[in-house]
Amino acid sequence: MKSRHLLSGIAFAAIVAASSASSASAAELRFACYQDGVECDAWAEQFKAFEAENPGTTVAVDIVPYKSIVESLPLQLASGEGPDLARVTDLGGLATYMLDVTPYVADAAKLEEQYGKTLAWTRVNGPDDKGIYAIMDQQTATGPFVNKTLFEQAGVDMPGAGATYEEWAAAAKKVAEATQTPYPMALDRSGHRYAGPAISYGAKLFDDKGDPITVDEGFRAFSEQFVAWNEDGTIAKEVWAGAGGATYQDAAKEFTNGSLVMYMSGSWQIGRFGRDIGDAFDWVAVPAPCGPGGCTGIPGGAAIAAFKHTKAPEEVGKLLDFIAREDVQAKVLAKTKNIPANQALQVKGIDYENATDAEKAALTAFGNALAGFSPVAFQFQGYKNNRAIMNATVTRITQAIVGELSLDEALDRIDADVEEAVAAAQ
Amino acid sequence: MFAPVTTAISYLYRAAFELFERPMLAVQKMTGAQKIAWVFLLPNLLIFGLFTFLPIFLNFFYATSGSDRILLSERPYVGLENFSSLLACENYLDPNSCQRDIFWRAVHNTSWFVVLQVGFMILFSLVTALVLNRNIPLRGFFRSVFFYPVLLSPVVVALIWKWVLQRYGVLNAGLETQGLPIVNWLVEADWAFFWIVFVSIWAHMGFYTLILLAGLQAIPADVYEAAEMDGASKWRVFSKITMPLLMPTMVVVLVLSLIRAVQAFDEIFVLTGGGPGSATLLLLQFIYETGFAFRPQLYGLAAAASLLMAAVLMVLTLLQLRAARGRGEG
Repeated sequence: MKSRHLLSGIAFAAIVAASSASSASAAELRFACYQDGVECDAWAEQFKAFEAENPGTTVAVDIVPYKSIVESLPLQLASGEGPDLARVTDLGGLATYMLDVTPYVADAAKLEEQYGKTLAWTRVNGPDDKGIYAIMDQQTATGPFVNKTLFEQAGVDMPGAGATYEEWAAAAKKVAEATQTPYPMALDRSGHRYAGPAISYGAKLFDDKGDPITVDEGFRAFSEQFVAWNEDGTIAKEVWAGAGGATYQDAAKEFTNGSLVMYMSGSWQIGRFGRDIGDAFDWVAVPAPCGPGGCTGIPGGAAIAAFKHTKAPEEVGKLLDFIAREDVQAKVLAKTKNIPANQALQVKGIDYENATDAEKAALTAFGNALAGFSPVAFQFQGYKNNRAIMNATVTRITQAIVGELSLDEALDRIDADVEEAVAAAQ
Repeated sequence: MFAPVTTAISYLYRAAFELFERPMLAVQKMTGAQKIAWVFLLPNLLIFGLFTFLPIFLNFFYATSGSDRILLSERPYVGLENFSSLLACENYLDPNSCQRDIFWRAVHNTSWFVVLQVGFMILFSLVTALVLNRNIPLRGFFRSVFFYPVLLSPVVVALIWKWVLQRYGVLNAGLETQGLPIVNWLVEADWAFFWIVFVSIWAHMGFYTLILLAGLQAIPADVYEAAEMDGASKWRVFSKITMPLLMPTMVVVLVLSLIRAVQAFDEIFVLTGGGPGSATLLLLQFIYETGFAFRPQLYGLAAAASLLMAAVLMVLTLLQLRAARGRGEG
């Protein structure tokens, strides 16, 4: 009996030793991925090539909703848990949990050359921070889409490059009235989307030291205009007033079903519009309207970030190196129909698979627009606590639209909310 | 034919029984006959302690500490700062005068929601239960119809009603065909509040109707027969017999519906998202957004708000139970 117990013990110990030995040589990397279209599927396909090049390392792609990237992932990371990598948009906010993969990549200088501008958005952990934490797999730009068919039906000329917000609003309203279209304009319920027109109206958002000064004359001017447009029906009131808190809401459905003349959103909608609109009507991406402060949208995008708590930093570093490769990015972007963040690909261009003429034109328009965006827009995107500004803007401006607060009260509250949030995040 | 099978099963059963019996006898020998109950309670106590009491306990630590860090060791102690920030107000009836105006809007909305939702729901549930307790045609069918919404997921309930109430929804399509003006039901603050109360009653009244129906059926028939022989009017029968005898069930319904109304979240979150503005924002959504959805996440503030909410709930429940006990003793 005793010998039987002894044998069982030895067998169990052998199994444990074998499994721990195999886990030491093999690594399974977990990648939490959200997608607007087919981004995660495209990456999963590419990872097969990575696994073939790196025997023993596997990548498990967990497709999750964007909401869990925004709300659950930060909680997991704060408690030292979570995936090895994730596709994220809050680069500055999550940078504190990110792993610097510089020691594990083959050519850090090349990555710097190809992604330097967007790598800066994660370098918020110190003044001399030069780490490589995340690789962008999609550059985005906010800007407007227009239902061209409605303009043609109404016999109204589309305002050209350099047209102001007021000119676009007047034209869109004329088209809506002539064609009995319910909504002339709509802006996504998002502080990120709001920042573009606000900067165009002259908002500086930051002082000389780089600290936020959200509400200034420019911000106030656009806010007054925006609230007035919601009140007189120029802008679809449902989008902002139809939700509470800082909940994100878009108007993509209204645009695709032809109920909206002009939709201010961003380049990530292109694939969806190409798929959902088909040949129902003609649509185009137009340059951002202008204000006294310029004609800018906001840059942005999604990046694949590595996290400090990973047990396989070397493999994670190799994977990010693979993700950054020009040929790999080109294959993924061809499927996802997004603007490249890779500098070389921005010059060469992408041969998008099955893209319609409208999609190709829109991708070119947004890609070109990025170069002319205001430096404030880039500063805003790279600011560590930009979510605090975005949340406060959405919450308080909505309160002004529905009459819970006067615009002055709402703007005072925005400043107070941002100040408190920034203090709490120190 | 089955004899060998049943014999085998009985052997297995006995073997399993003996497997547990011996250690249990040993435990009983150690603890004594009186304390063995704790051994049976232990698994449940552990689960309850881990997932209910420990979070409540931790909530106190979060409520008295600051910053956006989640690990308690990294959170500085701030005393009652979170509570005083929530309660700082010049006039509690005017949320705009409060430091945390959105918290007070949520408090106001929740108070109105509880009063209207619980009041009307109990009224409608009682009327429905009284009707369904009578010998009406298709009684079984109607009982199922009223209970059916209870079986639906709150998200499904909200999506169905969103489809009905949106600007180009079913309700406005109906109004338009009748030549009536359409209303932006979920964008107008007062209408949005009306609809969250309505949808919540629609979704939950079946459950309370069922409880009240069971209470009505438990009232002995001979009491009614005696009243009928005495020539009592229908109103007198209802007010002097039905209502007093139904009161214990009513207290249960009141306590349950009140707690559930204060905790309302999912249907409303999906239907209106707390909007327009904060017109339908209730306390639970405020806590959720403060602690999890907004950046940076103010866990301390969210924990303090949840403790305040728990204190109010506890007081309300105790008052109700005391009132019910007083009535019972009276």
